[in-house]
Amino acid sequence: MLTIDTLTNEIDGKAILKGLSLQINAGEIHAIMGPNGAGKSTLAYTLGGRPNYEVTGGSATFEGADLFDMEPHERAAAGLFLGFQYPVEIPGVSNLQFLRESLNSQRRARGEKELNGGEFIRLAKEKAGLLGLDMEMLKRPVNVGFSGGEKKRAEMVQMGILDPKLAILDETDSGLDIDALKIVGSGINAIMRKPDKAVLLITHYQRLLDYVKPDFVHVLAAGRIVKSGGPELALELEREGYAEVVAA
Amino acid sequence: MNALTLPTRKAEEWRYSDLDALATLWPTPAPTRIDVAAGDSVAHHLLQDVGEGAAAVHDYVITIADGARCDFHVLNIGGKLGRVTFTVTLGSHAHFELKGAIIGGGDQTLEIITSVTHAQPDSTSGQTIRSILGQRATGSYLGSINVARDAQRTDAFQSIKAMLLDRTATANAKPELEIYADDVKCAHGATVGELDRQALFYMASRGMDPATAKTLLLKAFVAGVFDDVADEAVKDALEAAALAKLEALV
Repeated sequence: MLTIDTLTNEIDGKAILKGLSLQINAGEIHAIMGPNGAGKSTLAYTLGGRPNYEVTGGSATFEGADLFDMEPHERAAAGLFLGFQYPVEIPGVSNLQFLRESLNSQRRARGEKELNGGEFIRLAKEKAGLLGLDMEMLKRPVNVGFSGGEKKRAEMVQMGILDPKLAILDETDSGLDIDALKIVGSGINAIMRKPDKAVLLITHYQRLLDYVKPDFVHVLAAGRIVKSGGPELALELEREGYAEVVAA
Repeated sequence: MNALTLPTRKAEEWRYSDLDALATLWPTPAPTRIDVAAGDSVAHHLLQDVGEGAAAVHDYVITIADGARCDFHVLNIGGKLGRVTFTVTLGSHAHFELKGAIIGGGDQTLEIITSVTHAQPDSTSGQTIRSILGQRATGSYLGSINVARDAQRTDAFQSIKAMLLDRTATANAKPELEIYADDVKCAHGATVGELDRQALFYMASRGMDPATAKTLLLKAFVAGVFDDVADEAVKDALEAAALAKLEALV
């Protein structure tokens, strides 16, 4: 589904990713862990196409197409979803309006019929219910006045509505208490654990992986994947710390 | 505002104007007078959408008698030069509320000029102006609030926000206070900004194409200006004209 080959990039002239390679197939859940400053969020933003995240070498192929040839909104329409560590607040634009425009933009781009108001509300209700988010919250402006946990839950409702093929979730677990973590974890499972979908979880901590069991765990350090393994690698990291595991 | 000779840029209220466009119209039509009788409440609106290349100047002279209220909604979007001025005098316990939007592109110069005089005690006024300017357009708000010596307990505000879509566009915002009473509340705020890049990336990451995302953010920016238009047909007309202008701009 996604093949990243010796990817290098720069932000404002500073090299962050230094030859990162990763293969994600349909049906797989991957976790990337690593110390602060390793380039985890940079990887997510680069794949999402954030301005100023300049690709200087290597490639990323998503469903057979060159990801870096596409504008950010085209990547989304192709089935990529980026979960933000810090979801952006948009005053004056309601979640429902935001999501309906997003979904219908994607559907237009794919040559599919747009959803009308009634169809969209039914879909939104179903997905909000899955994440235990009150529909009233979706009538409010995007992320404005939401707590950390509410923002992350709202992100998962967005993911449910947009129904991507690949979700890259950047520290979706940060700012969540245990209850919220369980809800978000089960939301990810319900929406994304399917044979034709894949997930790349970016996280500091093992705890999210208790709820969303990864098939593969990778350690990102200094801009490269330095170690890969099964779920046991996450436990090893939690026990011994990044320094030990990276040095070994 | 009418005078025999064309004004020059030396006059403060014409400093940012398009005098060449003004010359095509000069002398400007006589001002529209609105006199609100004591205790009355009136609502007016103006949709300034003169044709491309033309000039339009609308001058309003408004007196609001004791205990009366005037609500004015203005959408200023048309012409090479579109200029709307308000000279307002308020009696005791009177209220003036101006809500306006300026949306311009191309080489347009669009202006809202106000002079609000609180002549008697206990009067209030509010002015909310939102401007969206693209390409080489210039949008200006010059607004003075004058509080007479006897006009104690005046409460006035000016909220001015402008959004520039291109580096070549210009916004001028000049709130001015002249206060001779000592027990008054006059608040004013003016900001000039650009579309929030983080919000644009967030919207793109959800699949929204750039034009849709920009339009949605700009709609949110001007939202509220026409929310309280009492006449639904007028409200719909103002909102539809604003949206059409926005969509043409992004």
